[in-house]
Amino acid sequence: MRMDLIQPFINSADAVLAQGLNSPIAIENLTMEEEAYRRRGIAAEVCLTGEVEGRIIFDVDIQAALELASRLAGIAVSETDEELVREAVCELANQIIGNAVTTLNDQGFHFHVRPPVFHTSDQGSRSSEDTEAVVMAFNTSSGSVFMNVALRYQRQPAAQRSAVG
Amino acid sequence: MEKFAPVTRSEDGQPVRYLIVDDSVFARKNLARMVETFGGQVIGEAGDGISAISEYERLTPDIVLMDITMPQMEGIEAAEKIVRDHPGARIVMVSSVGYQENIVAALQRGARHFVQKPVKPEVLYEVIKYVMRDEGTAAQGAGA
Repeated sequence: MRMDLIQPFINSADAVLAQGLNSPIAIENLTMEEEAYRRRGIAAEVCLTGEVEGRIIFDVDIQAALELASRLAGIAVSETDEELVREAVCELANQIIGNAVTTLNDQGFHFHVRPPVFHTSDQGSRSSEDTEAVVMAFNTSSGSVFMNVALRYQRQPAAQRSAVG
Repeated sequence: MEKFAPVTRSEDGQPVRYLIVDDSVFARKNLARMVETFGGQVIGEAGDGISAISEYERLTPDIVLMDITMPQMEGIEAAEKIVRDHPGARIVMVSSVGYQENIVAALQRGARHFVQKPVKPEVLYEVIKYVMRDEGTAAQGAGA
């Protein structure tokens, strides 16, 4: 997968998480996914459509999710506030992916972002020949945050495809 | 959360009344907390563009804070429909997707301003002051 497509996701996650947690973030690992996706904590999925299509799963360790939800909500959030924690993870996914897509659009890649949905399955689809997935792991003061980015290049821009059919 | 000098309506000095539109309950609550620190009053919430239009008709708020990416009807379309029927409506788009085309489309369809998520309270505060300052003044910039 092209690094110019990935870099905006790294930069955006770094900025949004650092602001949310009020502490620096380190990227721990960046790997090509070799096995099917396995959920680690509380996860949200965002689908992209357009000239590059695919999905991004934003997956947060339980402890990091509680910390992020508490900071963003301005109140202490516990594991019993499941709905609030899920909402916080979905909103963070929306912010991180939205900011990355903003950068990519301004660089000439045209995407449309779907609203985030809570990702409940323990497993996801595996990378295929035309859908490469990259897994990014971020180390925060509260735990690990993962982003699994699987994008597929369309052979022609969306505008041309829709004009054809 | 930081406290700000209250922003009030120039005509009667009453708190600014807000309608907050976002499909995320979490984002709505977060924005509500923020505008309350500006002395504002949240009079309604909506989770999609269709509800935003009906809530606007019902409540006639002073300001609408409107997300873009939402189910059923997106925020830019909802803003356009509201402004078409209520040319004085003050709509501020609040979205994580802030690329040039989106900002231009929102402003061309009647939004007064655009704030990118994650929202910084001090940025939103300045935008609210700007939008409330002159009734009927079109947005002159975006992104604050």
